[in-house]
Amino acid sequence: MEMVVFLYFAGVIVTTAGLVVALKNPVYSALALLVMFFHVAGLFVTLHAEFLAIIQVLVYAGAILVLYLFVVMLLNLKREEHFHHQWLVGLFLGFVLFAEAALLLLKGHATLGKTEAPAQLAQGNTESIGELLYSTYLFPFEVASLILLVAMVGAVILTKKGIMEVKS
Amino acid sequence: MNIPLADIVTILPELIVIGMACLLLVLDPITPKSKKDLLAWASLGALAVCVIMILGSFGGRVMAFSDLVVVDGYASFWKLLLCLVSGMTILLSMTYLKEEHIDLAEFYGFILLALVGMMVMVSGADLLVIYLGIELMSITLYIMVGFKRFEARSIESSAKYFVLGAFSSGILLYGISLLFGVAGSTRLSEIASTMNDQSLSDPLVLISLMLIIVGFGFKVAAVPFHMWTPDVYQGAPTSVTAFMAVASKAASFAAFLRVLLEAFGGLKPNWTGMILVLCLLTVALGNLVAIVQTNVKRMLAYSSIAHAGYALIGLVVAGWIGTEAGVSARGVSSLMLYLAIYSFMTLGAFSMVAILRNGGLEGEELNDFTGLAKRHKGGAFLMMVFMVSLAGIPPTAGFIGKFYLFMAAVNAGLAWLAVIGLVFAAISAFYYLRVVMVMYMREPSSEQELTTRLALSPSVSVVLACAIAGVVLLGIFPGPLVSVADLSTLPVK
Repeated sequence: MEMVVFLYFAGVIVTTAGLVVALKNPVYSALALLVMFFHVAGLFVTLHAEFLAIIQVLVYAGAILVLYLFVVMLLNLKREEHFHHQWLVGLFLGFVLFAEAALLLLKGHATLGKTEAPAQLAQGNTESIGELLYSTYLFPFEVASLILLVAMVGAVILTKKGIMEVKS
Repeated sequence: MNIPLADIVTILPELIVIGMACLLLVLDPITPKSKKDLLAWASLGALAVCVIMILGSFGGRVMAFSDLVVVDGYASFWKLLLCLVSGMTILLSMTYLKEEHIDLAEFYGFILLALVGMMVMVSGADLLVIYLGIELMSITLYIMVGFKRFEARSIESSAKYFVLGAFSSGILLYGISLLFGVAGSTRLSEIASTMNDQSLSDPLVLISLMLIIVGFGFKVAAVPFHMWTPDVYQGAPTSVTAFMAVASKAASFAAFLRVLLEAFGGLKPNWTGMILVLCLLTVALGNLVAIVQTNVKRMLAYSSIAHAGYALIGLVVAGWIGTEAGVSARGVSSLMLYLAIYSFMTLGAFSMVAILRNGGLEGEELNDFTGLAKRHKGGAFLMMVFMVSLAGIPPTAGFIGKFYLFMAAVNAGLAWLAVIGLVFAAISAFYYLRVVMVMYMREPSSEQELTTRLALSPSVSVVLACAIAGVVLLGIFPGPLVSVADLSTLPVK
């Protein structure tokens, strides 16, 4: 049963991810992305990571995708009539890489499934993640906050008008 | 939440730089235009304090923040180098920004934040921390490349760098996540302890190792992941180019080395071959393509690719099977030595390009250097020394760096690799010495004669003095730096 659920989610994720790249209308691409985000969230649920599943839907489907759609509509992107002329090369290389990975995984003794899913947590998902973020992973958590600071200030710098005065 | 005081003390240098960076961002809007230099001096002061603190805690090995951060001699060595390079970049930028009319004091804050990212990278003992350090550094650099906002080339290179950089980060992260699936941890030491003989042929480990090498290969600009380098280096403001070519490359190499040796130390047969191929391609392509460049910034970009190739020789030696531990450690320390020397000469060369920017000259085309010896003796002489050093001709430091790298290769039984390196070093002399030839043997046009005015200022003079001192002194007395690099090398298993 577990396997069937996993295969369903994984299959939809791979298919829709392919559609995001292959569809010619950017709005359709965005919708395919939306479906993919929901199925990733589903995958999280099967792993007992309910908090991540909710965040996945809220942040990715809710915030990021809506922003993306705004940009698509503001820029009034035209339907792409032709793929980039290098798409055949890309497809070929992608196929080679895929075949290589598949060959490796089939021939070698893969360690897949070695890491067991953690047992049911004593406390809720949210508490555990919060506690980890503020104890063991405090340092990377704070570095991530610096990254957000840089991104924010940088966006202002690059878009603000009249920072640079042109010498007359 | 309670953090042990000892942990805080361990990362005090980083905290000082972060504090100053945030202070600069806040102070910038309320500082009058004429006083912006004060902000640069303040950041230099913070860097000086930082250097003193790192020197004070040099040696020893301290782990902090639940073993996510490590401060050892290796990390301290790179941090000192990075602080020095950042300081020189700030000094150079004080003049360069005025010449280019970039009135953004955020610039200094951004250099400090990029420095924090690099410091996190070099002292990360966990793949997650190293990744976040890389992201902090890269995102800051994406923005700094676009600081000449009203020049299409600068914005274009910023966008290019961002797209390709994000792509490579994705590849790196994919590798890390696969590795987490196998090892169950992102700590370098724990990954190393889960690796055994079986792992040598474990496909998941192989794929993740490959992805991680590709990710880092992009950051150090190794062929075939170098495509972004020439365009980005050319489009970025010159002082940012200097900073990227030197500091970000050094920090990426530092993290690359630590990941390969500490996490994948047991998988040397797997990665040495990949690194060897990267190394050969990088040395060959970097040097050959540099020959046809007529833009000096682009030429220096290819030269920096070629130098990354030389540095990879050190990594190959460190990973070569069947070498004694002492010889492998020599590979690491000669790589550290090489990048330190490379920093001085490359910063010097880019500084010369930056100050030639003045007086109607762009200073980027080879033609702009025509007859510089007649127009400005001192400037031409400095540029000549940097070019000679980059070509690796004695008695400059460039020769010492290559000498130790090639010696390490010979000692590891890789004499053929040293010979290939030598051949390409000889080829590289062609395009470096062409700049010297143009400066000394051609007559400047009458128009150029009139317009020459180097944008020399006290702060730029300090940068040039530091660079030339590094190139000449390390060329004559390399002893102290060699022993420091030997002392702070990573233990090779």
